[in-house]
Amino acid sequence: MLSFLAEFWSFMRVRKKYWLLPMFVMLLLFGGLVVLTQGSAVAPFIYTIF
Amino acid sequence: MRILGLSAFYHDSAAALVEDGRIVAAAQEERFTRKKHDSGYPGEAIAYCLAEAGTTLDAVDHVAFYDKPFLKFERLLETYLSMAPRGFASFRMAIPVWIKEKLFQKALLGKKLKEAAPDIDWEAKLLFAEHHQSHAASAFYPSPFERALVLTMDGVGEWATTSAGIGAGKDLEIVREIHWPHSIGLLYSAFTYYCGFKVNSGEYKLMGLAPYGEPRFAQTILDHVIDLKPDGSFRLDQSYFDYCTGLTMTSEKFHALFGAPPRAPDKERLEQRHMDLAASIQAVTEEIVLRLVRDLARSSGEKNLCLAGGVALNCVANGKVLRDGAFEKLWVQPAAGDAGGALGAALTAYHGYKGQPRRLNGAADGMQGAYLGPAYSQEDIEARLTGAGAVFETLGEQAVIAATADAIAAGQAVGWFQGRMEFGPRALGGRSILGDPRSPSMQKTLNLKVKYRESFRPFAPSVLREDLADWFELDADSPYMMIVAPVQGERRRAMTDDEQALFGIDKLNVVRSEIPAITHVDYSARIQTVHEETNPRYHALLEAFKARTGCPVIINTSFNVRGEPIVCTPEDAFRCFMGTELDLLVVGDCLLEKSAQDPALKISYEDRFELD
Repeated sequence: MLSFLAEFWSFMRVRKKYWLLPMFVMLLLFGGLVVLTQGSAVAPFIYTIF
Repeated sequence: MRILGLSAFYHDSAAALVEDGRIVAAAQEERFTRKKHDSGYPGEAIAYCLAEAGTTLDAVDHVAFYDKPFLKFERLLETYLSMAPRGFASFRMAIPVWIKEKLFQKALLGKKLKEAAPDIDWEAKLLFAEHHQSHAASAFYPSPFERALVLTMDGVGEWATTSAGIGAGKDLEIVREIHWPHSIGLLYSAFTYYCGFKVNSGEYKLMGLAPYGEPRFAQTILDHVIDLKPDGSFRLDQSYFDYCTGLTMTSEKFHALFGAPPRAPDKERLEQRHMDLAASIQAVTEEIVLRLVRDLARSSGEKNLCLAGGVALNCVANGKVLRDGAFEKLWVQPAAGDAGGALGAALTAYHGYKGQPRRLNGAADGMQGAYLGPAYSQEDIEARLTGAGAVFETLGEQAVIAATADAIAAGQAVGWFQGRMEFGPRALGGRSILGDPRSPSMQKTLNLKVKYRESFRPFAPSVLREDLADWFELDADSPYMMIVAPVQGERRRAMTDDEQALFGIDKLNVVRSEIPAITHVDYSARIQTVHEETNPRYHALLEAFKARTGCPVIINTSFNVRGEPIVCTPEDAFRCFMGTELDLLVVGDCLLEKSAQDPALKISYEDRFELD
C-alpha cells in the first residue's frame, strides 16, 4: 500500500494535478467502505471505457 | 533481452514475447480459455509464449503492460467531476471496481507473476506504456518501413482516442492527439449499439451491413452529431451520447434525431433503415479517416502510413485510404485491437525504454504472417485426435493438399487446421474454414449451417498474390485481410434492372460475379493475399485448387461458430467439426470425413456460445 501511495503521489506531481488529492482521499475512504460491504465489484457497462 | 508484453483487464487480454527485438510468440487469452474477448489476467497466453521460446518467467527481463491505470483513473475522476451531478449512476458502478481492483493493477500483476516466479521482484521489472503508444508501436515497429507516419484510432485509451506519431528507426514520437470524449471508435460503437449489435464485437456486422443501405443519414450525422474540420479533427456533441455519464451509448436526443429507440435485437428484425444507418456511419467514418490521413500526409511529408487501434480493423476504410493515394504505402497491424497492445507494449519497452536498435527484414514485415500462436506436431495431432475419439487417415503432404482441393472444388465445407495459430481477429489459413467461392449457394450455406450467423454477412477470399490483379482491383500485398477492394470489372456480372431494384438483403441472392460467394453487394471483397514465403502449405492448396478449377481464390473464414473464439487445439477443431455441418476436417496431415465419425460424438453447437 505504501509503494502504491508513493507512486500515486509522484503521478500527481508529474501531472501537476494536486487538486485530485482531496477527491482521491474521500474516494478511498468511502469507496473502501462500499467495497468492504459488498461481494463483487463488476461494472455492468455496455463498454468498459473506465 | 526478453520482454513480455501484456494486455488485460478491459477486453481481449493477450500476451506477446519479444526476444532481442524479434517477435517470438503472441496469443490472445480467449483462445485458451474459450471465453470470447476474455478480459482476465492472460495466464495461459503467458505460459504458451514462454513455452514457445523454451524459457521460463525467471528469464524475462521486463514485463510491459499496455496502458497506464493512473492516467485512466485521472480521466475517470475529471469526467465525473465535470459532469456532476449527472453520471452518479455510472460513478457508483465504476468507483468500487477501481477502488477494489483497477487502481492496484501493478500490485495485482506483480502478485500473479510472483505465483509463477516467486523469487523475482516483479514490481521493479514492470513497465507501463500508454495505450496509444502501445498501438502505435504495434503498427510501426513490425512494419517493413524505416520511416512512417503512424495513425492510431480506437474507442479510448487513457485520454487519447486518436493519435498520430512519427516513426523513424527505433524512435517513435506521438505528435498529435484527439482526446476523450471525442472518439471515432465510440461514435461507430454508438451506431453499433443503436442498430442492436453488441458493442466491441458487432462493429464488423455494421460494416458488413453498410453496402446494403444508402447513406441517407450521413449529412444528419455531420450536421448534428459531429463537428468535423477540414484537417480531420473533430468534436462530438455529447448531448447525443450517454457513454460519459450513463450505462448506455446513446441518449434520448440521439434516438429522437434518428426517429426511433435503439433496435431490440431479440424482438426487432433488421430493416432497411438499419442498413441505411450502417451505410451512413460507414461513410462518415471514411470521411473522417480520409481527412485525417490527407492532412497528416501533407503536413508530415512522410510516404508510408502505419495503422492500428480498433478503427484500423475497418478494412473498408483502409481500402479507401490505400486507393486515395495520400501515402504511397500502407501497413496495418493485423492485431489492431487491444490484443495487439500487448505486442506494442513489449516493443515500446525494447526500442523506446531500452533504446535497442530496430532491424528491418528487407521488404518483409516482422509479423511472420501473423502466425505467432501455438502449433502441434503431427505426432501430437494424432494422439489428440485419437483421444477425442476421431476417425482419421494420415496422408503425405501432397495427398492432403490434393484431397482438400478436390473437396473444396466439389462444394464441400472444409475445416483447415495447419501450423501456428494466427495472432489477431482474422484467420489466415492456419485456423480457417474453406469453401468454393464460385458456388452461388456457398455464402448462405456457410453462414446458416456452419457458422450459425446472420445470412447478410459476407465472406472473405484468399487469393494467390501472383494472381491478385487478375481477380481484384488491388495491386498491393494484403496478407492480413485488412484491405477491402473491388472484384475486377471483367469478373463481375452486371445486374439486370429487376435485380438492381431489389433492396437490402434480397440483393444477396443475386449472382454478381464469377466468385459470388465472396462478392459483396457492392462488388467489394475483403482480400487476403497468400504468399509462399509465409504460408507455403496454404499457398500450395490454392495452387492445387487453381489447377483443378482455373480459380486461384478460396473462401476463407475463421474456424469457429458465431460467438466462439477461433479454435486453438486439434480437440477444439474436432469439437467444432462435430457440432457443425462441416464436411471435411484437415488437421496437419490427418483427414477426417464427417461420414466416418461416430454419430454419438455429434454435439449441439448452435446454442453453445452467446450471440455477439
